[in-house]
Amino acid sequence: MRNIFNYVDRPSPIHRLTGATKLVCLLLWSFAAMSTYDTRLLVFLTLLSLVLFALSRIRFSDVSFLVSFMAAFMVLNNVLIFVFSPQHGVTLYGSSHPLLSLGGQYVITREQLFYHLNLVLKYFATIPIVLLFVCTTNPSEFAASLNRIGIKYTVAYSVALALRYIPDIQKNYHEISQAQQARGIEMSRKQNLVKRLKSAAAILIPLILSSMDRIEVVSNAMELRGFGKGKKRTWYMGRPFRPADILAMVFCALLLAAAIALNVLNGGRFWNPFR
Amino acid sequence: MKNSPVKTIVSIGIGAALFFVLGRFVAIPSPVPNTSICIQYGLLAFMAVLFGPLAGALIGLIGHFLIDLSWGYGIWWSWVICSGIFGLLMGFAGKKIRLEDGTFGGKEIAIFNIAQVIAHLICWVVVAPILDIVMYAEPANKVFLQGLVGGVSNIVTTAIVGTLLCIAYAASKPKKGSLKEEK
Repeated sequence: MRNIFNYVDRPSPIHRLTGATKLVCLLLWSFAAMSTYDTRLLVFLTLLSLVLFALSRIRFSDVSFLVSFMAAFMVLNNVLIFVFSPQHGVTLYGSSHPLLSLGGQYVITREQLFYHLNLVLKYFATIPIVLLFVCTTNPSEFAASLNRIGIKYTVAYSVALALRYIPDIQKNYHEISQAQQARGIEMSRKQNLVKRLKSAAAILIPLILSSMDRIEVVSNAMELRGFGKGKKRTWYMGRPFRPADILAMVFCALLLAAAIALNVLNGGRFWNPFR
Repeated sequence: MKNSPVKTIVSIGIGAALFFVLGRFVAIPSPVPNTSICIQYGLLAFMAVLFGPLAGALIGLIGHFLIDLSWGYGIWWSWVICSGIFGLLMGFAGKKIRLEDGTFGGKEIAIFNIAQVIAHLICWVVVAPILDIVMYAEPANKVFLQGLVGGVSNIVTTAIVGTLLCIAYAASKPKKGSLKEEK
């Protein structure tokens, strides 16, 4: 489980914040970064997230795999946007400063480049924070945090169950897949798509029918112990808030407020330097 | 059969874990970037039909959220929400299908597939692109193409994987009225 979510157990000020704080901060921060296209705020968020990253004592090697994956995603997304809508920036900013023509509507404009810069900055402003959350929050604490921010404990418990059973189901899947492959089922690229989907089903059916039995067993066990009777529930991994937690949450709330204020001041989500 | 609330909670948890494992480790890449062929939607449709709209919506939301979190590229909220909506819609459609009584014949297959096609189109061709435009201000034709490709591939995989799952599950249950009193 730890290696799926990449939790790195290495004490730091960020690790000491409670899971609930980090979840609230993640949500506030990502809404702030999502709502604004103001370049100045995005640059500030990017720099700040890098500082926090350094504070958390997470090494680049801990996350290099995730970063390379995300870089590929970002490049593809940008290329796709340019291919489909090379004049998107011009529409958004309402002016056109052509730099280079590639023929047809494919004219590189300053506005388009600026739009792409903002898009990339948006990634840089959010991704370190998501990585930080993933690397510094113990998965077991995550469900307790959800309950703390006001989500019903039965739903939070579903999340805890999901996290608990992911490794089991993964192991189960692997075993069934090997057994079926030994009986001649092929899922590699050599097969055509429909055949591959059918062989996926041959693995899925035993996996899911056995999971149905598991649901039965687990829910009976929980019911026998009286789960769901009380209105509240305590969590083994829950921790009380401390001053640093409150401070972090207030700070992130201010960031979101700043993003909203800038949206109002700029008269829209875009900060327009071409006007 | 009325499910107890505890059973619904457990089915959400284990359903989300299955959704996660299938989505994260069994993804088959498709020709269009950022979109892979997701067999987890066949599972989601099946679980939603069996356990109802609430379970369907939460399995989609939690499962997809965990997948995005584990990749670390940030949470693509617009698509996470759509997975939830798909589960919700299939849960409502599931009220017409009595899977736990062991009946999944021609009529139910038709209901299941019509419902899943409509639900996928609503989610990926209408709601997801609109949310992408509103939340991320991306160009319209790009997000609609992404949605269309994702939607169509999800329809195909749900039609194959979801239908097979329902048939297999129904076959494993004794049919209603299959026992007769001896005279």
